[in-house]
Amino acid sequence: MGEVIVITSGKGGVGKTTTTANLGTGLASLGKKVVLVDTDIGLRNLDVVMGLENRIVYDLLDVVEGRCRLKQALIKDKRLENLYLLPANQTRDKTAVSRQQMVDLMAQLREEYEFVLIDCPAGIEMGFKNAIAGAEKALVVTTPEVAAVRDADRIIGLLEAAEMEAPRLIINRLRPDMVRKGDMMDIEDMLEILAIDLIGVVPEDEYIVISTNRGEPAVLDKHSRAGQAYRNIARRLTGEEVPFLNWDAGNGIMARLRRLIGLG
Amino acid sequence: MLEFLLRIFGRDTTASKKVAKERLRLVLVHDRAGVSPHLLEALKNDLISVISEYLDIDTQGLEVTLSHENDSVALVANIPILRVKRTFKTGAETSVKA
Repeated sequence: MGEVIVITSGKGGVGKTTTTANLGTGLASLGKKVVLVDTDIGLRNLDVVMGLENRIVYDLLDVVEGRCRLKQALIKDKRLENLYLLPANQTRDKTAVSRQQMVDLMAQLREEYEFVLIDCPAGIEMGFKNAIAGAEKALVVTTPEVAAVRDADRIIGLLEAAEMEAPRLIINRLRPDMVRKGDMMDIEDMLEILAIDLIGVVPEDEYIVISTNRGEPAVLDKHSRAGQAYRNIARRLTGEEVPFLNWDAGNGIMARLRRLIGLG
Repeated sequence: MLEFLLRIFGRDTTASKKVAKERLRLVLVHDRAGVSPHLLEALKNDLISVISEYLDIDTQGLEVTLSHENDSVALVANIPILRVKRTFKTGAETSVKA
């Protein structure tokens, strides 16, 4: 029996889809059998981030409405043997699926896969409720911005109300240089405010744009800083203890100078 | 000069993250308490009408907010008093009047 984990955030544009793609790919490259489920019906994106948009024949809605078997809708990843994607439907909207259908679908998927990662749509309406319905764990993605942290707080409240296991936080797009200047909230600030456990911090990385352009998750690139962070989170998801990277200690010339004169 | 040096070395005294954190704190107190601005406004009006029976207050300068301290939420009312009413009625008299 696999784990069903929903990746959610409340606010849009903080990196839910990128996170889902990278963690799924990361877990699969650790040898786990993984399926990614895009529940953003009407606004599907996970397929393009994964570079699998040309292979879609059936989608999630076809499965729940019985037009095809589950196996027929699952798209096999180009790079990894044990990674699959169940794409969202692009022509209908969130009301096309019911909670019960989602619960049943996830129950079916967890029979086969060790990890079922659900890419949740933004918002707190039906799409969100459906996405969390069949999940047992949740990862909340936020960025170091007032609006994103506020929405994350709301989502954490809703997850608690839904009696979900304590969610864990991913801080995305952190800029250590700005944190050092005091112009961006740091990890402690956000943990203090949201009062949940941290599972990882992903630094801002231009390579994410490049990897999304190509449809190849950054986690596969050895040199990407964000990719490294995602690899660590994937390992933590498997239960491994991985120390957090130290974002505070810069090694740039200014950071060294700052330490030299006792300001760092 | 010191300010300039601190800025260069990344120790700005007016760091914007402090502003962000403070704003976030305030907005979350309201979000978490589930208190709408409408509720606060109604509460404020009721407070004015009750307190006005005893004191002359500056209704324009009156502020009713929620504050978050040590994991508990408090209702903070800042009510400027103009003067104490001389013709203070006792509870019995007011109820008769009502």
